[in-house]
Amino acid sequence: MIKFKNSEITPENIYKKRRSFIKSIGLSASTLAMSAIPFVNKSLASERDKLTSYKDITTYNNYYEFGTSKSDPHRNSQIFKTTPWDITIEGEVEKPIKLSIEEISEMFISEERIYRLRCVEGWSMVIPWMGFSLSKLLSKVNPTNKAKFVEFESVYDPAQMKGQRYPVLNWPYNEGLRIDEAMHPLTTVVTGLYGKKLPNQNGAPLRIFIPWKYGFKSAKAIVKIKFVENMPTSSWMWASPREYGFYSNVNPNVDHPRWSQATERIIGEGVWAPRVKTLMFNGYGDEVASLYSGMDLKKNY
Amino acid sequence: MRRYYKTLVFFLSLWPLYVISYQIIFNQLGPEPVDRIINHFGEWTLIFILLTLSMTPLKKITKSVEWIKFRRMLGLFTFFYASIHMLSYVGLDYRFDFEPLINDVLKKKFIFIGFSAWLLLIPLAITSSDRMVRLLKQNWKKIHRLIYIIGIFGVLHYIWLSKTIFFKPLIFLILLIILLLFRIKITKSASKI
Repeated sequence: MIKFKNSEITPENIYKKRRSFIKSIGLSASTLAMSAIPFVNKSLASERDKLTSYKDITTYNNYYEFGTSKSDPHRNSQIFKTTPWDITIEGEVEKPIKLSIEEISEMFISEERIYRLRCVEGWSMVIPWMGFSLSKLLSKVNPTNKAKFVEFESVYDPAQMKGQRYPVLNWPYNEGLRIDEAMHPLTTVVTGLYGKKLPNQNGAPLRIFIPWKYGFKSAKAIVKIKFVENMPTSSWMWASPREYGFYSNVNPNVDHPRWSQATERIIGEGVWAPRVKTLMFNGYGDEVASLYSGMDLKKNY
Repeated sequence: MRRYYKTLVFFLSLWPLYVISYQIIFNQLGPEPVDRIINHFGEWTLIFILLTLSMTPLKKITKSVEWIKFRRMLGLFTFFYASIHMLSYVGLDYRFDFEPLINDVLKKKFIFIGFSAWLLLIPLAITSSDRMVRLLKQNWKKIHRLIYIIGIFGVLHYIWLSKTIFFKPLIFLILLIILLLFRIKITKSASKI
């Protein structure tokens, strides 16, 4: 098994101290910037928002391209090559573009964004991602007036991703958002976590993260972003349309056919920790509920 | 030597308990310990169902009746691990909070079928003694054919709770089908005679 070198990781306690230090010196200057990031305002020290450990975030993953068990991605992704890597933005746009991962990291400054991750399986983490709003990236192209949805396509490389050699899902992994969801400031392009480069098992070199939706909506290792007219069929919708809807917003009132979504188990809390209640929109309702006003969320699950 | 076989099988059958004790003591349960414990005993329950179901085919293949001696013990271990599996779900995960639990049993088909399988195991465990075998005579065999249904329920339970059938649920399904096919073959060839 591949172990992390201790020196590679900023110890969490130092990491957290550094954060509060940065907060204390830059409080006034950064108030404006921070108000754009709802987590800072809301979350301060409650138990539910304690950062999940780096080890748990990077060894407990659902990433079927590298295997279906939670420990597979960490084990099977270490030699995965993420350079060279190009991302194309195409479809219903005036001029499609192709950007290398280096170009993207030069164009956009990644900031720390701490978000809760709620998996459809009923567990959750709190992850200090590094990233920037997807809207910034999407603003590099001009969508035509036909564009209604944004489709994300993950890499297809069965030589390196042994999970893709089996028909576990409809490869390549495919996800989608409505344009207004994709343009929402909380929808994040992720390039790192815990202040470090994004590990392969977490979706390197670049993934998206949508904090108010179940984890599977946040596609990893993205190679193509496509503006489309019709609602895309995601890989999971393809696999089981009754279980996985297009929206897949975290919603404690709408049960998955097989799992109750009313509660969740916080990763890293130990055997004796109780389940906690799941929050509507994973706690981001103030920011995103308006996207769905007038919609029946039981029908549009 | 043969006298010790049963003792040996008994201590080998405790393996899942050794593993989980080790993991508890040395803090190796991983990020989701409750899930780990529940899944561990669930998987071992299925393995013990398959082991129990293998004894008769092994008897036929090796033409040795030795295997049948272990069948009851393996069956009781199935019940034992199924009970720990169920109790860890009820106690550790839901902390004996029966309202959401009953809701789960009624609404989630994988829990419904898993719970049914556990209920069906109870009469088998109760009627496992020599006295019961004598008392029930022909009926004993009929009752104990429930293990086929339990096996099917158990594997369905696993398939339904998994997001995809690949690969462990599929492996259990294939092994169960093979073991059940043996029964059809046996009864067919037996009816010819």
